Amino acid sequence: MTEITTGTETSKPATRLKVPSTAQQIPRLAHYQMRQYLQSRRFLALVVIVVAIGAIFSAVVAIYHSSFITSDSVSFYGGSWAGGVGVVIVLAAVFFGGDAIAGEFQNKTGYFLMSVPIRRATVYAGKFLAAFLTSVAIITIFFAIVLGNGIYYFGASAFPWQLFFSLPIVILYLLAVLGTTFLFSSLFKTSAYGFVLTIILFLFGFTILQDLVAILIKIEPWMVISYASGILSDLFSSPINWGLTATLGPVPAYDSPGIAEGVVIMLGYFILTAIAGLLLFEREEFK
Amino acid sequence: MMNKPNIEIVSLTKKFGSFKALDNLDLQIEGTKCVGFLGPNGAGKTTALKLLTDMIFPTKGECFINGISVQKERKLALADAGLLIESPEIYPSLTPYEGLEMVADLRGVPPREIKDRISEVLAEVKMESWADKKIGEFSKGMKQRINIAASLVHDPDVVILDEPATGLDPRGMAEVREIVRKLKKRNRLIFMSSHILQEVTEVCDEVALINKGKLLFYDTLGNVIDKFSDGHSSVDVGFAEPVNEALINRGLSAISGVTSSEVLDPKRVRLRFKGGTETQKKLLEEIVGLHIGVVSFSEPSSTLEDIYMKQIERGD
Repeated sequence: MTEITTGTETSKPATRLKVPSTAQQIPRLAHYQMRQYLQSRRFLALVVIVVAIGAIFSAVVAIYHSSFITSDSVSFYGGSWAGGVGVVIVLAAVFFGGDAIAGEFQNKTGYFLMSVPIRRATVYAGKFLAAFLTSVAIITIFFAIVLGNGIYYFGASAFPWQLFFSLPIVILYLLAVLGTTFLFSSLFKTSAYGFVLTIILFLFGFTILQDLVAILIKIEPWMVISYASGILSDLFSSPINWGLTATLGPVPAYDSPGIAEGVVIMLGYFILTAIAGLLLFEREEFK
Repeated sequence: MMNKPNIEIVSLTKKFGSFKALDNLDLQIEGTKCVGFLGPNGAGKTTALKLLTDMIFPTKGECFINGISVQKERKLALADAGLLIESPEIYPSLTPYEGLEMVADLRGVPPREIKDRISEVLAEVKMESWADKKIGEFSKGMKQRINIAASLVHDPDVVILDEPATGLDPRGMAEVREIVRKLKKRNRLIFMSSHILQEVTEVCDEVALINKGKLLFYDTLGNVIDKFSDGHSSVDVGFAEPVNEALINRGLSAISGVTSSEVLDPKRVRLRFKGGTETQKKLLEEIVGLHIGVVSFSEPSSTLEDIYMKQIERGD
């Protein structure tokens, strides 16, 4: 039966809501996305993993007092911080970026989010920002554990300058890894593919590729991100190659890029993967 | 003076590979009313609604909400629209309050009003006591209620609902009808796809029927029934007391225009009559004039169902 409506019960005021600008929506979306991450089991799981890694590391150092770690603070921070943070970055990027885009399609949450007047680029940027900040929180936990050990063994005044110099490189490497993770997440509509591909590539795939390029093709593997990540450890070695060219190892292998070269590679990865991922997401349909 | 809320679909075509899901669909809806969007599975209803909300992209054509192109100005076009497409999942680690807060905040509801708006819409969908529980623990029907609340949290002019009763129990379905009725009273435009013809008959003023991606008709419910029912219409008349055969034969069937009657149950009779809305109006007046304890007078959903089936079969 068609209901006959008589008159207006309540009329909406003539003023319309003003949708926030893109610049306002990005941090707002990131805020809610971060809240989801922080309330999720995966965040708790990653905290437990990082704390466990830190606890095992602390126990091993305390029990065995390996000389290469405890001889001086530069070696200590080079071995513990620079040696371990790469794995933490990859884990954080996979945990928080692996399904950031694919999950919206796979779990059908995209229909909820995209029913809001928001640009796809805003969604991409907001989610990226949330994944980045949450990853930084995880890295901070790892940093605190390393720092605690460092202070215990070398005191609160023995922080090598390399430790502080490594922080922006860590952030840049995180951006590059997250950019790649988001690209894979945009490429597949199934989260698992993105997860697996990122893990395989960053934990050993890129390293194998790097060696194959250097040994078989006999060129510097500047196009491989794992090669660039070598600058994190190189910062703590001596002498430091600051340049834009690689340090040659026993021919035909390449030891590692110069610091500047590594930074350029990481920056390139971040920019290119972020643009490619965004373009893919812009064209993806919620079928 | 604000323009009337409106939806316009222009030459909308969508191909998935070689399959044409929508074929040059044109539809213009304007004013404050409820329009039912009908069609069998695979007819193109959800595809049309997804194109209308920029979830997918058209092969050809364009959609407008309140005169703004959805394809060119997504953000602006959807600003005053409430959307429920494909029974979405909501982030399981959030509570309904947090999920709705996110939607309201991103839509620009002033911070001082967000709490009140959320309380209002949660009460409207009868979920206020679940506001702080994790959505991951909810049933499909409960999630659908939150989705409906999310589509209303900013008090939109245009509400687009894709099968809103999906997953709801009979009480939930009745509540959705009540929400739509309230929206109509508040001068909103509701465009709603549905399989439930009873629901459409009860709350919609107009219906659009599509099949195989093409619009078969779009008109008021009354006109559709007048036009496609071979000149015959039906009404179900309900009585306070059981009616006897004599009353039906001498009273109801004798009314001018009535061609047949059918007892549905002791207190309900279906009358078929020749004519349209005008005849229906006179019929009601005459039945009330008989003083025989009439308590209800409604168009049976089966009328729309008959039309629906005939039109779909014709198209096939």
